[in-house]
Amino acid sequence: MSTHTPHPDLPPPSTSVGLIGWLRANLFSSWPNSLLTIAAIYVLFIALPPLIEWAFLKASWLGDSRAPCDAEKGGACWVFVKVRMDQFMYGLYPESEYWRINLAGILIVALMVPLFLKRFRWKPQLGLFILVGYPIIAYFLFSGGVFGLQHVETSRWGGLTLTLILSSVGMAASFPLGILLALGRRSKMPIVKAVSVVFIEFWRGVPLITVLFMSSVMLPLFLPEGTHFDKLLRAMIGIALFQSAYMAEVVRGGLQAIPKGQYEAAQALGLSFWHSMGLIILPQALKLVIPGIVNTFIALFKDTTLVLIIGLFDMLAMIQAALADPNWLGFAIEGLTFAAFVYWIFCFSMSRYSQALERKLHTGHAR
Amino acid sequence: MPADPTPQTSASKVPLWRQPVLRALVFQIALVLALLAFGNYLLNNTLQNMEQRGITTGFGFLSNAAGFGILQSLIPYDETYTYGRTFLVGLLNTLLVAGLGIFFATLLGFFIGVARLSHNWLVARLATIYIETFRNIPLLLQIMFWYFAVLRPLPAPRQSLAMGDSVFLNNRGLFLPKPVSEEGFGMVLTAFVIALVAVFLVARWARRRQEETGRQFPTVPAGVALVIGLPLIVFWLVGAPMHWDYPALKGFNFRGGLEVLPELAALVLALSIYTGAFIAEAVRSGIMAVSHGQTEASYALGLRPGITLKLVVIPQAMRVIIPQLTSQYLNLTKNSSLATAIGYPDLVNVFAGTTLNQTGQAVEVIAMTMGVYLLISLVISMFMNWYNKRKQLVER
Amino acid sequence: MSESINDSNHNSVSNSGMIQLRHVHKWYGQFHVLKDVNLNVGKGERIVICGPSGSGKSTMIRCINRLEEHQQGEIIVDGTELTDDIKNIDQIRREVGMVFQHFNLFPHLTVLENCCLAPIWVRKMPRREAEKVAMHYLEKVKIPEQAKKYPGQLSGGQQQRVAIARSLCMNPSIMLFDEPTSALDPEMIKEVLDTMISLAESGMTMLCVTHEMGFAKTVANRVIFMDGGEIIEQNEPGEFFDNPQSDRTKLFLSQILAH
Repeated sequence: MSTHTPHPDLPPPSTSVGLIGWLRANLFSSWPNSLLTIAAIYVLFIALPPLIEWAFLKASWLGDSRAPCDAEKGGACWVFVKVRMDQFMYGLYPESEYWRINLAGILIVALMVPLFLKRFRWKPQLGLFILVGYPIIAYFLFSGGVFGLQHVETSRWGGLTLTLILSSVGMAASFPLGILLALGRRSKMPIVKAVSVVFIEFWRGVPLITVLFMSSVMLPLFLPEGTHFDKLLRAMIGIALFQSAYMAEVVRGGLQAIPKGQYEAAQALGLSFWHSMGLIILPQALKLVIPGIVNTFIALFKDTTLVLIIGLFDMLAMIQAALADPNWLGFAIEGLTFAAFVYWIFCFSMSRYSQALERKLHTGHAR
Repeated sequence: MPADPTPQTSASKVPLWRQPVLRALVFQIALVLALLAFGNYLLNNTLQNMEQRGITTGFGFLSNAAGFGILQSLIPYDETYTYGRTFLVGLLNTLLVAGLGIFFATLLGFFIGVARLSHNWLVARLATIYIETFRNIPLLLQIMFWYFAVLRPLPAPRQSLAMGDSVFLNNRGLFLPKPVSEEGFGMVLTAFVIALVAVFLVARWARRRQEETGRQFPTVPAGVALVIGLPLIVFWLVGAPMHWDYPALKGFNFRGGLEVLPELAALVLALSIYTGAFIAEAVRSGIMAVSHGQTEASYALGLRPGITLKLVVIPQAMRVIIPQLTSQYLNLTKNSSLATAIGYPDLVNVFAGTTLNQTGQAVEVIAMTMGVYLLISLVISMFMNWYNKRKQLVER
Repeated sequence: MSESINDSNHNSVSNSGMIQLRHVHKWYGQFHVLKDVNLNVGKGERIVICGPSGSGKSTMIRCINRLEEHQQGEIIVDGTELTDDIKNIDQIRREVGMVFQHFNLFPHLTVLENCCLAPIWVRKMPRREAEKVAMHYLEKVKIPEQAKKYPGQLSGGQQQRVAIARSLCMNPSIMLFDEPTSALDPEMIKEVLDTMISLAESGMTMLCVTHEMGFAKTVANRVIFMDGGEIIEQNEPGEFFDNPQSDRTKLFLSQILAH
């Protein structure tokens, strides 16, 4: 009997690893591939330098009038954005009261942090507080009129603040409604199911603009005469109804993914319908669909821009208004690029987060 | 309350309120009653409010004269036509934008989606950057960017950007030469129809020849050549029975030719670029869904990469792509309603905007507008169900 | 399984090399998967390759039809050397059939269409003739009645037999089997092995990566043991199982035959 001595590991040939190997495998593996690479480099060569020159090298950053921008041609005028920054962020909110918005922002961030901590025990309670308690606090902070705070009309709320308010209110309101609709759609009761299906498919079938039009012109007709109905509130109702249909479909996906055994086990334990849903099924289903929920939130966040069409001043509307300022004509590219950048940061980071969650959930299931 | 020790054996002994069937029935009846009451409340309020404001209910307003002009119309229209006509004009403009958008978004989406899977690292990276950039910026912002930042600041007609002396781009729009048919053009159309029939016959012949001799025939290239070539030859033989109507500067703007409004151009650009990013993702996920084992098995059988793509990968990928693609088409159609933000006269702008403002018939107008989109959604989802049923993989 | 195959076919095994591997090396990135592999396979030989997972046995047979690319050494199949030349690769893939662990049938095509695809598009066979050939081989693997069904409607064992028939339709001179029974339920393994045995009886050159030692004992005329990317021992089955030469082989056999 011979003892086998393993063949030593040899380093791979130099053409298949390292920088040369990488270049060969990824950029120049065949001649069409090499042509593609050269074409791509050419496109970058044509597009990138002027872009960098415009956005950074020749751009005007300093000052608070358009003079430096007019002096330096061919570069971006970021002074325009800088001068208008407060409006883009806070809308027409009185400048002396900005601290209230900042406070509300700091508060929500501070409240959210424990949700991401592994060890924190009171997550459900805290989540409920964020959904129910926080909006009340934030409303009084924004609106004022109590505790000696100056009252600020909703028509003065605007900018990125309004964008965030609209999307988070839309989200918070559509969440419970979406769960109810999802349960309704899976119900064995034919009428409950039919009502849910019609409701969901109706909102999913129409564009958000028509929903906003409807909420701004038809809601006042629906209510008894003389009922005052805030424009912002009308938009919120429209967004919440619209969003709840999408939320319902996401939650339904989660409910379908829960194995039948879980339902049967809950029934076998003698739990009532609401107990088995609330204690067994929904906690699992909702955890499963967090990535989906984040994705609908991204869509909603982008869709809030539509409120400018019914005359609310979200960030995009503030920028559009700024473009019409006779002192600052001709800076549409700067203004819209800035807006695009802000939206992109929010949406891209959220989509990365949801993708990471999805990967985590998948590995969790694969065992 | 004393406990009842005797086990309940028959349904008759169960108190009514503890029978699940009855509970469900009562709950549902209550739901229906609540919904009816709510609807009735809304209806009453609405009728009362409308009466108060002096608005007559009903669709009678549709036959009243509209009295406003529309920027672009595919059918004859001026101020003297009715509100009913404005509905039609808006609807056709919506369909035009949706059709153009779907065409370009599909081209772009497939191109970018395939590029994203390219073995070329740089090409794949560029495609990823495209997708991640454009799907994370609100569509409305992109529409406004193309319109306010790119197309509006273009020079006035007198200083147009020109390609030769037939294509002009300025702040009034894009002006292209327009083909105008002359006598004898019918022959060319006939040739086109004949070519279509011929392609059908050639395909049948090629299939039969393959079955008998095994020889392949390049049906697709031959078909394309036939459909394009035959009408071209006839066109040339008949003596080119068509001329171009070139746009020409007259006064302050161009006259003649084919005019593309800047609103339309911005909308189509933004819709195609935005939706293209989502379609690219659908294409990528569809191709990725075909397992590597499928291509390996095909290669092992000796099939070349091109044929493997055509016979093994694409048919399987399309099952995943088509449903996502149709839902993107639906989104694009609904998103075309953002036209109203830059004043392109689509259905929402013309009908739910101007017509609603002038007539005050909020309920009817909104209902008609929503009805159109609901109908489109319904038709598309019916197609989807049909397609899914047809293409479902047969399994045990 | 019959003991007779070895004896009856022993004479027909010629030494003209159908497959030759000379000093073949392969790396995945920095990982050295195949280390100086040398192998000569004669016409009509039936070789079983075994070894622990990750030993490079699948990689080796996948190099033979270029599903994996080797970086050093030579692979010559039926007189054609495997190089970057697409013509050579096509030539070799036509001669070499392969059966996979997970069948890899095309789910969107019927069993018959699966079998006809390559003869029509590679061999340029008329469809009718291709269908005749396909039915012939489906009868050989004993499932002609399933021809119009889709792969998803068949059991695992039936699918693997279709996969074998699909490869045979190209009339290959060499068949590669990459763990053909590993994904099957126990009761289906026998029907696939029986098909492989009857293929062996017909004189096909076969390379099988498998853990079915019973199959190795009765059908193979050579067993190869691989570990750590190299061929450690090869011998005719009797010797291989009764008198392993290397301690590594002995350890592996004791683990695999223990139960």
